[in-house]
Amino acid sequence: MKRLTGMLLVVLALGGFVLAQNALLINGAGATFPTPIYSKWFDTYHKANANIQINYQSVGSGAGIKQATDGTVDFGASDGPMNDEQLKAYSDKHGFALLHFPTVLGAVVPTYNIAGVSASLNFTPEVLAGIFLGRITKWNDPAIAGANKGVNLPAEDIVVVHRSDGSGTTYVFTDYLAKVSADWKDKVGKGTSVNWPVGLGGKGNEGVTGLVKQTPNSLGYVELIYAVKNNVSYGAVKNASGIFLKADLAGVSEAAAGAAREMPDDFRVSITNAPGKKAYPISSFTWLLIPAKFSDTAKRDALKSFLKWALTDGQKDAEELSYAKLPKEVVAKELKAINSIQ
Amino acid sequence: MSNAGPSTGSRSFLSRLWDGDEIARIVTFLFAATVVLITVLLVLQLWHDSSLPRHKFGLSFFVTRVWDPIAEQFGALPFIYGTLFTAAVALLLAVPLGLGSAIFLAELAPQKISDTLQFFIDLLAAVPSVIYGLLGMFVVVPVMRVYIQPALKHSLGFLPLFQGPAFGVGFLTAGIVLAIMVIPYIISVSREVLLSVPRDQREAALALGATRWESTWKVVVPFARTGIMGSIFLALARALGETMAVTMVIGNTPTISASLFSPGYSIAAVIANELTEATGEVYFQSLVELGLVLFLVTFILNGLARLMMVLTTQKGSGMGQV
Repeated sequence: MKRLTGMLLVVLALGGFVLAQNALLINGAGATFPTPIYSKWFDTYHKANANIQINYQSVGSGAGIKQATDGTVDFGASDGPMNDEQLKAYSDKHGFALLHFPTVLGAVVPTYNIAGVSASLNFTPEVLAGIFLGRITKWNDPAIAGANKGVNLPAEDIVVVHRSDGSGTTYVFTDYLAKVSADWKDKVGKGTSVNWPVGLGGKGNEGVTGLVKQTPNSLGYVELIYAVKNNVSYGAVKNASGIFLKADLAGVSEAAAGAAREMPDDFRVSITNAPGKKAYPISSFTWLLIPAKFSDTAKRDALKSFLKWALTDGQKDAEELSYAKLPKEVVAKELKAINSIQ
Repeated sequence: MSNAGPSTGSRSFLSRLWDGDEIARIVTFLFAATVVLITVLLVLQLWHDSSLPRHKFGLSFFVTRVWDPIAEQFGALPFIYGTLFTAAVALLLAVPLGLGSAIFLAELAPQKISDTLQFFIDLLAAVPSVIYGLLGMFVVVPVMRVYIQPALKHSLGFLPLFQGPAFGVGFLTAGIVLAIMVIPYIISVSREVLLSVPRDQREAALALGATRWESTWKVVVPFARTGIMGSIFLALARALGETMAVTMVIGNTPTISASLFSPGYSIAAVIANELTEATGEVYFQSLVELGLVLFLVTFILNGLARLMMVLTTQKGSGMGQV
């Protein structure tokens, strides 16, 4: 009996060893915003390449950056680019850099609930900054009325709603406000979590939408995909060329194309308030954070080939899930950069 | 080793060990020690992981009102205030209701009704807190905003407690949702305690000419006082630590205001909201320090509870401990 157990254990151990050699498991963690498309990509890629299994945990951009820096995951993902301090922390710890690769695009839209107003409102950058700073307090303020001639705005207080949890949506929105308002940049700044001057906090896009739907005369901001899928009414925002645009996938891709001309080599760029007549101003990339050097060549090659696939064939899946595709100029630049991963 | 049981005394340790009693004693002691060890390790971990803000802010962390992740200025005061304020509102609502229900169930109701209602109360206690949060967000908040808050404002608006715009979310709503969550705890434990008051106490009171209510309120309830206070502190512990239900109805704004209508924030809610996306060591560790602060607040309140129980027990209420 003892001999049998011994032999069984040896067989199992060898078997496990053999199996382990065949399946390559790559772990990643990070942003929650792109989780639906990443899940789809990893699944599709695994079906096409049965020996490569990529596992992704949507724990949040902050946790993703942390885990990538600690080395507990093979790659990270973030809705906001890492700042110089965080990049330095990474390269100090590992001896090589952490590279950013944009994968898809998202946008943020202003959503509101005003009794008796069903028209689509126009928002100028000054109005948005003023409302969220607490300077513009009533819906019938001349600044708002001026952009919405013919709409009967009530003389009611604006109930501001923002995100209570740290999120990429907040990062994009505050990044936009910091660009269009020097006051906002000075007083509040941009980040996944900020010290909001006014407003109620809702947890998640669902929380903000819930609060806006229930509270009359309220204004909040949500992810475009979320607004589309949940039939939330949202307004148009004036872009850098002076045109009021309601967010859609084409407008978001345009914003990226506009920024593509001056894209830095590390892809850490903000594309809010991008130039271009058709560009939607509150747009953003979401990035995969890949180390520049891999000690495990199998993992490196697997990730490189996955990235190449995601940036080309994978982009087809983006629009069905309401993400905007990357413009081809950006894809071309990224494909070149992938070759630099050692 | 003097109260270890019948097999101590002149017999050697090894022979006692062989007997089994000693093994049982050692093993159960280790289990108990594990609980203490876990608590100590928890505090040590929180202490260690909050070293940056402790050195940077020191004691001013307790009195600063600003929570700014960009400027890296963090202060716990609005969260401590929110936690204590909502817990106080919750207890103010839950204790009379809970105690009253427990008295009814234990003293005044027929046995069948008492058991049936107890079943429903146990069911209420088992509902997950996220469900209470959803209930709060979709039922309580609109009712508050449309009916209750305007009515309170109209009648009692001169008090600073009922001033300010009525959003629906805020301290009062959070207090109400918390009260609904902790009432089952108060009822269950208080009912048990009241039922276990010896019959002769009641009968003695009735024999002396007390009415039914007088015997209940003046004899039975004081006799069960320590147990009832224990249930209240159990309820308080839940109210202080409740996260999901609170974050959905409190408005998530770090403000300190005397008004019940004002939106606010609690320690558990801010940790749940911001921890995963906290970028930057000071930010992350400040949230950990908030956890330490919550632990401290709970510890202090529990200490006060124990103190109160000890002080009132010495006045000879009959039941030493529950």
